[in-house]
Amino acid sequence: MMLIPCPHCGPRVQEEFAYERTLDSVVRLDDGPVTAMSRLYTRANPRGEEIEIWSHVHGCGQWLRLRRDRVTHAISDVEAI
Amino acid sequence: MRHGSGVRAGKVPFTFNGQAYWGQEGDTLAAALLANGVKVVARSFKYHRPRGIMAAGVEEPCALVTVGDGGRREPNTRATDVFLYPGLVATSQNAWPSLSFDIGAINGRLSGLIPAGFYYKTFFGPPSRWMLYERVIRRAAGLGKAPVEPDPDGYCHRAAFADVLIVGAGPAGLAAACVAAESGARVILLEQDALPGGSLLAHAVSIDGVPGAEWARGMVDRIRAAGGRVLFRTTATGYWDDNFITAVERLAEPGQVPSGPVQCLWKLRCERVILATGALERPLVFAGNDLPGVMLASAAQTYAARYGVAPGQRAVVATSHDAGYRAAFALADVGVAIVAVLDTRSDPVGPLVHAARSRFPVHTDARVLSARGRKGVLVGLEAAIGGGRQTFAADLLAMSGGMSPVLHLHRQAGGALVHDPVRDAYLPGEGRQNHVCVGAATGEGDLATILSDALCRVPVEDPLGAAGAAWPGPVWRQEARGKAFVDFQHDVTTADLALAQREGFVSSEHVKRYTTLGMGTDQGKTGAMVALAQMADLRGVALPEAGLTTFRPPYTPVTMAAFAGTMRGDHAGPIRRLPLAAMHEALGAQWVPAGVWMRPRAYPAPGETIGEASVREARMVRNRVGIVDVSSLAKFEIAGPDALALVLAVCATPVSKLAVGRGRYTVMLREDGMVMDDGTVWRVAHDRWLVTSSTGGAARMARHWTYVRDVLLDGARAAVVDVGERWAGIALAGPSACRVLTGLINAAAPAHMGLVDATIAGVPVRVLAASYSGERAFEIHVAAHRVGPVWQALHAAVVEAGGGVYGLDAMDHLRVEKGHVVIGAEADGRTTPADLGMGGMLRKAGGFVGWQGLMRPALSETAGRRHLVGITALDDEPLPEGAMLVMQIGEEPQGHVTTAAPRIAAGEGAWIGLALLTDGVARHGEIMVAWSPVRDKAVRVWVGPPMFHDPEGVRYRD
Ligand SMILES: [Zn+2]
Repeated sequence: MMLIPCPHCGPRVQEEFAYERTLDSVVRLDDGPVTAMSRLYTRANPRGEEIEIWSHVHGCGQWLRLRRDRVTHAISDVEAI
Repeated sequence: MRHGSGVRAGKVPFTFNGQAYWGQEGDTLAAALLANGVKVVARSFKYHRPRGIMAAGVEEPCALVTVGDGGRREPNTRATDVFLYPGLVATSQNAWPSLSFDIGAINGRLSGLIPAGFYYKTFFGPPSRWMLYERVIRRAAGLGKAPVEPDPDGYCHRAAFADVLIVGAGPAGLAAACVAAESGARVILLEQDALPGGSLLAHAVSIDGVPGAEWARGMVDRIRAAGGRVLFRTTATGYWDDNFITAVERLAEPGQVPSGPVQCLWKLRCERVILATGALERPLVFAGNDLPGVMLASAAQTYAARYGVAPGQRAVVATSHDAGYRAAFALADVGVAIVAVLDTRSDPVGPLVHAARSRFPVHTDARVLSARGRKGVLVGLEAAIGGGRQTFAADLLAMSGGMSPVLHLHRQAGGALVHDPVRDAYLPGEGRQNHVCVGAATGEGDLATILSDALCRVPVEDPLGAAGAAWPGPVWRQEARGKAFVDFQHDVTTADLALAQREGFVSSEHVKRYTTLGMGTDQGKTGAMVALAQMADLRGVALPEAGLTTFRPPYTPVTMAAFAGTMRGDHAGPIRRLPLAAMHEALGAQWVPAGVWMRPRAYPAPGETIGEASVREARMVRNRVGIVDVSSLAKFEIAGPDALALVLAVCATPVSKLAVGRGRYTVMLREDGMVMDDGTVWRVAHDRWLVTSSTGGAARMARHWTYVRDVLLDGARAAVVDVGERWAGIALAGPSACRVLTGLINAAAPAHMGLVDATIAGVPVRVLAASYSGERAFEIHVAAHRVGPVWQALHAAVVEAGGGVYGLDAMDHLRVEKGHVVIGAEADGRTTPADLGMGGMLRKAGGFVGWQGLMRPALSETAGRRHLVGITALDDEPLPEGAMLVMQIGEEPQGHVTTAAPRIAAGEGAWIGLALLTDGVARHGEIMVAWSPVRDKAVRVWVGPPMFHDPEGVRYRD
């Protein structure tokens, strides 16, 4: 049960947040169909650090960019989007 | 029989398998059974072999019993982990018809037919074989039965924070907790036992001049005096990220009637964690090492020294290291005759060995080869001593194969394990979180060293001399003839490990799954290291190369109800009631859950069924007028300079040209092009929009709106306000709706898909002319806290016009006739707008979420996809919702019925429905069968367009 440091609210328990996706799978509206589908279905899925998008859905509602290690769960950076 | 002086007073009656016994206060069930001479307690999982009590703590693999009755019945309870209370009822499991004569024991004789990997092999065979085996094995192999009655007891959750959390109130944990508490830290100390002291409870040592158990009680007083919290009968079961520990506190024993909640699940967020979890003894490997009467040496010592119980009369102690000798002294103290001490080492030295030689026959270079039983219990054993062999008559064999530090929590926390070749044990390596292991969990066996690490120089007096330093000894290995168990709970033998090896299962994770090693409720706490050593030897590699399996929470089994806590029954989730709930209640509403809301399903008149009421209500709307509560619909207001850009990104239909005061139907897509939600979009002012969507999708859409704004449009200047619960909504529908509305607002009603602001009963309202029913209709939005008078005024007016209220079922019947789709039924996450007949509505230029997904060839080709169609029943009976659409009964399905409804506009008894059908658009006119084998129903249907009522939409116009 991670503690996620929300830039607005401070460290809060993981239950208050919702994981959205990794940054590399965000489909921009102006991506072409091939790029868009590749972002959606072909992920890097690294063993290590990844930038993820979360929202503080049961808190301030802010969308967040987290740099998180997917092995140790250590969060090295958080910023509001 | 009971000996010794440490016996507490107080007689406690209990029953085991219907037989009445007396125990003593403070006894575990296991101690009381042993004191009453009960040796066979259970039958084993697979072979139904008689099993006794092997351990004295939570690691017990064999003595699983069912405790309590009715809804309080708790199966698979370790007899060593339940403390006696008056009236305790325990029964053995897995034995039929009785513990002494168990028919399933034939499994043991046929064990050659149930080898390791039996299930895998069987399931690779022809299905007819495993169907047969499954029936037989399911009855024969297994553990206790779950109760069928509801649990009458309460469970609670508590959260707490600690500067320092200590797990384990043995000497190391007590010392660490005391130092931390007296330095001013907020301290929580957890202990799974009912008493503090851990190993001190079975050790004849004195600390600071007082007996160990008394010293431990004094330490608890000091910790509490310094403000620390000490919880007994509380097991730390999980160690999660960021120093979050879950622990289960037993406030009453299994099966006992509690005075409050029976268990409490603690959620503990801690700055620092100290794991003083101790060590567990390993068994020895020899044929028949599971016979009742064979016991871990530390357990025999505990029964003798802590409970004053002699677990046998004539004992052999078999050990591979010094600490095993302690059992011999403790057993002798309660009058057990020590027949022999067998030491695997050839030349053991040290004060303990020296003291033992003067009292007991000590044999070195001595290994147990096999245990011999009669009537299911131990009567003797054969040992190899030097080059020769010798037999001993004994009813107790106390064995010790060394100690393994308890590192489950350390591993759960991501801590590393380091193999120590001297002790042949895994010791805690570097931790990932802010935690540390202390005491026996680090592999340290010497009490004085443990205490002086935490407290400066506490005088420890051990009459037997400092023994611990030599343990844990190496895992002691030998080839065994006959059944030698390494997992006593799952009946895994050394032969099973060898078979797995021969069949190519080499990695420890594979062997575990193939043999089910360590997969019992004890998770192999006793035998795991022994099994790993055997696996290493089979492969001819060093023990660390044999690998380890994952340590998963919980450390000991947790009752499901503890996780649920108070969230059971009506408390499982919040029940959300509409602002008008009381008025619906007064009108006789029958409720139905819709998303998170309770909504009126229908308002049956006396003697009317819900189905009859719904048809009456729907017909009332078709013929005259009705009102329905639509407050739970999702509603979002979007405002600001970039509001249009945001609405365009979320909604897939054209909206830019929408004039102020106008609205239209729209759909929202997922990125893969499937329909996510639908609703209406209204331009309230030039840069201010109102968008409605489905009740069930409200939370998802709330997230989606801000995701698109913040992540996709880089923080476009548009405010998104979820006004779903701020605005109540009432839909007014029917041929007389326009007349009713104009009478109330004293103004002209808006044209279809128009919007006006007005007042009803003096309350400001917004009137949206939208129709779900297919009749001329209006949605009247009003501030939720002021909706009462508006509802009353509307209700009075519709009743006067010959109408009334209608519920969710009538609304559903009406929309099916009109061919409107519902998110979750027709739009089931696999349908595109084109599948639902809305392909032409989308903006050709794209630019909305999901446009790229729709360009995939598989979606842009419409052939082969399932399309929305309407179906009409040709037989005079209800259509089964969810039924498959087939050409002939028994054929492959080509589609399914998504919604069924009675026909409202036409005569009685006719049923219609919506369905998704492969290539459905091209198949209007075909006759198919709606077939539901599970409900044994088949109805012939005519396939047609998904529209049964007013296809031109003339009824929307005044
Ligand atoms: Zn926040």
